[in-house]
Amino acid sequence: MDSPEAIIQFRDVSYSLQNGRAILRSLTLEARHGEILVLLGRSGSGKTTALKLVNRLLELSSGEIRVEGQPVRQWDVIKLRRHIGYAIQEVGLFPHFTIERNIGLVPALEEWQKERIRARVEELLKLVGLNPEIAFRYPHQLSGGQRQRVGVARALAADPPILLMDEPFGALDPLTRSDLQHEFLSLQQKLQKTVLFVTHDLHEALFLGTRIALLEEGRLVSIGSAEEFLNSSEPLVKKYVQAFGTLEQVRGGK
Amino acid sequence: MNFWSFIVQNRTEIAELTLEHLWIVGIATLLAVVVGIPLGILITRRPELHKPVIAAANIIQTIPSLALFGFLLPAPWIGERAARLAILALMLYALLPLIRNTYAGIKGVDRAVVEAARGMGLTDRQLLLQVELPLAASVILAGVRVAIVTSIGLATIAAAIGAGGLGELIFRGLAMVNNAVILAGAIPAALMALAADTLLGWLEKRLSPQRAA
Repeated sequence: MDSPEAIIQFRDVSYSLQNGRAILRSLTLEARHGEILVLLGRSGSGKTTALKLVNRLLELSSGEIRVEGQPVRQWDVIKLRRHIGYAIQEVGLFPHFTIERNIGLVPALEEWQKERIRARVEELLKLVGLNPEIAFRYPHQLSGGQRQRVGVARALAADPPILLMDEPFGALDPLTRSDLQHEFLSLQQKLQKTVLFVTHDLHEALFLGTRIALLEEGRLVSIGSAEEFLNSSEPLVKKYVQAFGTLEQVRGGK
Repeated sequence: MNFWSFIVQNRTEIAELTLEHLWIVGIATLLAVVVGIPLGILITRRPELHKPVIAAANIIQTIPSLALFGFLLPAPWIGERAARLAILALMLYALLPLIRNTYAGIKGVDRAVVEAARGMGLTDRQLLLQVELPLAASVILAGVRVAIVTSIGLATIAAAIGAGGLGELIFRGLAMVNNAVILAGAIPAALMALAADTLLGWLEKRLSPQRAA
C-alpha cells in the first residue's frame, strides 16, 4: 500500500467523540495521484469526519493520516490547509467580501501581487463557467449554482494539488447539479488534482468517482471502481445500489 | 421659577454640566469597549471561561448603582476624585452588554463561513480580524449602543457622590422641590441618550452584513 502515487493515506484511522462514541473505526484507504476517490455513505457513516481529519479541522484519535507521505500531525497546520483546497455544501462564502476577494483570499494571504490575484480570479471564474464580470458582486447577489461554482473556484485559488469536497453540489436542483458534475469532471481531466469527494448520492459517485469507497458506521465496506462497485457481492453495497433503483437504471444513469 | 427662564439664565452652567456628563459617559464607554470586547473575544476562544466571565459581569450589573458608588469610595486613587469613581462604576456596568454582544456576535457568524475560513488555512488571528469581527460588528455595536444609553441615565446618579454632570441639576431640583431645575438636568440627559441611540442605530444598520438573498 506504500505506492509512491498515494497522496492521501489513511492507516487504521479511528475517531471518537469526547463522549466515547466512535465515528470512524480503523479506516485504511488511500487516494492516488490524479484520481477522484469518492467516499460514499449515508448520513452518519463518518465520511465528512474522514474528510475533516485530512485538513485537521478535526484531530484523529488513533492511527495515522499521511499527506504526500508526511503524517498530518507533522505538517504545519496552516501550510497543510493552504496546500489542500476545501469546498463544502454550504459553500461558506464570506458575505462581506466581493467574489473577487472571496476567491483571492488565500492568494492574498500568500502575498501574491495584486495584478496576479486579479488575473487568477478572472481565470478561475472562466474555468468554472462564470462571467468574470461577477467578480465585483457580493455573494448574496448570486444564485445558488453560481455560489457553488465560486466555492469551487475559491478552493482552486492557490492551485493546491489536493482537493477535499464535501457534497459541493448537494444543495442544487438536479439540472444545475448535473451541469456542475459534468463541468467538474472535464475540469478535473485538465487539472489532474487528487480529489477526496464526499457524497451520499450513488449516481454522483458512479459518475465522478475514479474509485468509490463505501462507508457504513465508520467502517470501510468496499473500495473499487464504479464497475467493481456495481458488480460487488457485498450485501451492504447491493443494498445501497438497490436503494437507488434496479441495476439497469443505475447503469443507465452513468 | 419658570423652566425656560431658568434655562436661559443658567445656560452656561447647563452647557458645562452637559459636557461633563458627556465626558464621563464617553470615557467610561471607551474603557468598557477596551476591556469588554477583548473579554468577549477571549470567551469565544476559551469556552471554560464563558460562564465565570458572564457571571461576574452579571453580578456587577445587579449591584444597585448607589451602592456601587459607595463601595468604590474607599478605593485608592480612584476614590480621590469623584469623576474617576463615576467613570469606573459606569464602565463596570457597561461591561455586560459589551461582553455579551461580542460573544453573541462572533458565535452568530455562520458556522459554514468559519469552517470554510479555517479549512482554507486562515490563522486564528486572520479568522478573527478578517471574518469574525467584521461580521459581528453590527451586533457588537448594538452592545455599545445599550451601554451608552444606560450609562447616560446612570451617570445622573453619580452626582450623588459629587462627580458632576447633569445629575447635579436633578439632585439640586429635588432638594429645592423645583421641577424646572430637575427638568433642566433631565431633559438634556434624555436628549443626549436619544441622540446617541439614533446615531449608533444608524451606524449599526450600515455595518450589518449583507444577508443572503
